[in-house]
Amino acid sequence: MEATLHLRVNGQSHRLTVDPATPLLYVLRNQLQLNGPKYGCGLQQCGACMVLLDGKAQPSCLIAVETVQKQEITTLEGIAQGTQLHPVQQAFIDEQAAQCGYCLNGMILSAVSLLKENPKPDEAAIREGLERVLCRCGTQSRILRAVKRASH
Amino acid sequence: MQTSRRDFLKTMGTLTIGFTLPSWVPEADELPGSLQRDPRIRAWLEILENGQIRVFTGKMELGQGIRTAVAQVAAEELSLPLSQVEVVMADTDRTPDESYTAGSASIENSAMAVRYAAAAARQKLLELAAKQWRKPVEELQFAAGTIRWKNKQISWKELLNGKQLQDEVRGNVALKPKGQYQLVGKPMPRPEINRMVRAETWFIQDLRLPGMVHARMVRPPSYGARLEKLDESAVRKQIPGIQKVVVQGSLVGVIATEEFQAMQAQWTLQESVRWTDVQPLPTGTALVSYLKSLPARIERVHEKGQPTGPTTIKAQYYKPYLMHGSIGPSCAIAWYQKGTLRVWSHSQGVFPLRETLHRLLKLPLDRIHVIGMAGSGCYGHNGADDVAAEAAWLAMAYPEHPIRLQWSRDEEHAWEPYGSAMILEAEARLSTAGRIEQWNYTLWSDTYTARPGGDPANLLLARYLDPPIPKKPASSINGGTIRNSEPYYNIPDIAVDAHQFEGPLRVSSLRALGAFGNVFAIESFMDELAEKARKDPFEFRIMHLEDERAIAVLRRLQELIQNERIKPKEGVGIAFARYKNTAAYCAVAARVRVTGNQIKVMNLWSVIDAGEVINPDGLKNQTEGGLIQAASWTLKEQVQFDAQQITSRDWVSYPIFLMSEIPEVEVVVIDRPQEPVLGAGEAVQGPTAAALANALYRASGKRVRDLPLIPAKLKN
Ligand code: FES
Ligand code: FES
Repeated sequence: MEATLHLRVNGQSHRLTVDPATPLLYVLRNQLQLNGPKYGCGLQQCGACMVLLDGKAQPSCLIAVETVQKQEITTLEGIAQGTQLHPVQQAFIDEQAAQCGYCLNGMILSAVSLLKENPKPDEAAIREGLERVLCRCGTQSRILRAVKRASH
Repeated sequence: MQTSRRDFLKTMGTLTIGFTLPSWVPEADELPGSLQRDPRIRAWLEILENGQIRVFTGKMELGQGIRTAVAQVAAEELSLPLSQVEVVMADTDRTPDESYTAGSASIENSAMAVRYAAAAARQKLLELAAKQWRKPVEELQFAAGTIRWKNKQISWKELLNGKQLQDEVRGNVALKPKGQYQLVGKPMPRPEINRMVRAETWFIQDLRLPGMVHARMVRPPSYGARLEKLDESAVRKQIPGIQKVVVQGSLVGVIATEEFQAMQAQWTLQESVRWTDVQPLPTGTALVSYLKSLPARIERVHEKGQPTGPTTIKAQYYKPYLMHGSIGPSCAIAWYQKGTLRVWSHSQGVFPLRETLHRLLKLPLDRIHVIGMAGSGCYGHNGADDVAAEAAWLAMAYPEHPIRLQWSRDEEHAWEPYGSAMILEAEARLSTAGRIEQWNYTLWSDTYTARPGGDPANLLLARYLDPPIPKKPASSINGGTIRNSEPYYNIPDIAVDAHQFEGPLRVSSLRALGAFGNVFAIESFMDELAEKARKDPFEFRIMHLEDERAIAVLRRLQELIQNERIKPKEGVGIAFARYKNTAAYCAVAARVRVTGNQIKVMNLWSVIDAGEVINPDGLKNQTEGGLIQAASWTLKEQVQFDAQQITSRDWVSYPIFLMSEIPEVEVVVIDRPQEPVLGAGEAVQGPTAAALANALYRASGKRVRDLPLIPAKLKN
């Protein structure tokens, strides 16, 4: 059942032997030992597992790994430039926009994806851009502030 | 006498300048917070070789920021920068036993213990230097990592000579005068947020051990179902990598090499296993009448004056079953290796979990090591202990391998212990001057406390073992259930009666416990009474309050919203409570807009007084989050079920607030540096629900007394 696949993750190429039906999330977390994408629902309902596929935020929990071999995959680990944090990451620190922080992966990557398409989003556009990501701690007001800050 | 001495001890830091102190020595039970559990300085802090310190707390970081608050008080007393303080949390081999991280009590208990331990350490270090140099303590200067006298200097490390302080915290602890604070009372960023945004290892979900294998549980179709037939060969044939299928009674788990294999095995088994099914859940009758008809333990939990006269106004309120709904489902890693069991868990109580595992698995206590690690926010007793016990059970059946057990979204939604449904009946009589003369309040609820606390019967798996571990019936009315059931208002005649039933769903502690339902009812009713008395809601509350601090949060809230312009179809409502009637004071206002088929929360404001504030930004963050979470509970949430099982099994069948529904929030903190710290993490939930219902009434003219506040209830 296993097959050899090729993935591009955070600018690096990987050759992996896995069951090609495995959802991308588990390959990133277990084979590549990445912490960024999180398991939240496995149903594309919460956004915890968000990754960037060719720069666009997509949940990774239901996409079979074999289908993304041609795409550039970026995780939370891959958005900083060396030690220089991405402005969205920095804005989350500056606004202290976390309680438990479990949703941050989805929030930050959704914001990165949004700002790439629309560098000056208004409030409604920010909310829409983050709509697929759930936060149970109620940190959304700070998260909105952080994304606004990053877009300035 | 005892109380006044204790109060004196608590405020001593503000009175004492220098180190001349009263000569009495406090008894162990007069020590602040968790020092009562362990008065040894070294239980709470160690001085490291490099002059930094390591602080130990038995509490868990749950996203509430306790790690930073504890570091702040320690750094403050020892005049260190915050970066010089390392914090070790919740580990049965390393930290003091502080039971559960619950009840908004971590600042009061843990941070205060650390504050006194650090102050005692400072004093001991000064005494050591004084002895060595034969100089009076008063002439020495205490600085980060060193002590000075004129141009002489000695480091803490040299003073201790490779040892740790052996003393206990006893009387004569001089706290740093509050006027000299550099860190406490100032907003401090939480260092773990840097780690989170960088995706560094922080969550238990991110812990990977060498040789780790993956497990999943196989759940029955309903609470009471029993395993009839399980065919292991089918799953072994279909799915590679199966290491073991573990079955005991009706408890079924599967262990595989890869996580995706374990998931497929779980799905396959879920399909093929046969259960004797039961239909344990009540349908047909309305839930309210059903719950009221259950046998209950009935007690008068509060009485004042003569609450026996007639009443003139009466209302019944309802709060449904609510779930914690952590974004990251529960997870644990367990490893039974050479006769010792290690468990990594996001439980709120690593010590009670160890005790529970000891009784469940019949392993000696010193053979069990439970290590706390952050999970997704839990908001009370969710699946954390259950998953840890299940992982431990699997580890015993498959020794020498670290086993990672991850619950699915479906399991987290359907099997966690919920916050109980509550029915709340309030009646009162007003005087002609519009004062409340009599107040009668009756509540119906299941318990709000079913943490394992050492007893495996409260674990989910207890029901499925062979033989099952029976749950002991409640022997008294649970304090959590009746939390805030007594109004904080000055009313001559009051009676509060509690009916505690054993309801159909699994329940335990959910943030604010009974206070959420009770404050929702009391503060909705206060609004109804104010209207009857033709009084403004602020003035009506204030005229029934005596506590100046309670009045102050309401007045400040009034100022905060006085210039708000209310548009048509909008309404503003307010509410107040003092959490537990002894902790933080909190007033909330809500602005709601009703349009077409939509109820929208526009704004939430809160004013909170939690006494001395250690980290104002931490308190704000908790309160902002509490407002939003409680608004989601109030507007959208209720656990649903059919005759067989829970039907709220994902985020579509149990929706919570989405980004588009988040209101503007504003939190004002009233800091009272000279007052004792008060627990605050659960203060805002109850007032939020009532403020929303009161705002909805003003916006729509319809008083909705049943949560959630959904548009359908505005009809008729
Ligand atoms: S885990 Fe993928 S959307 Fe929830
Ligand atoms: S900060 Fe906890 S889920 Fe968002």
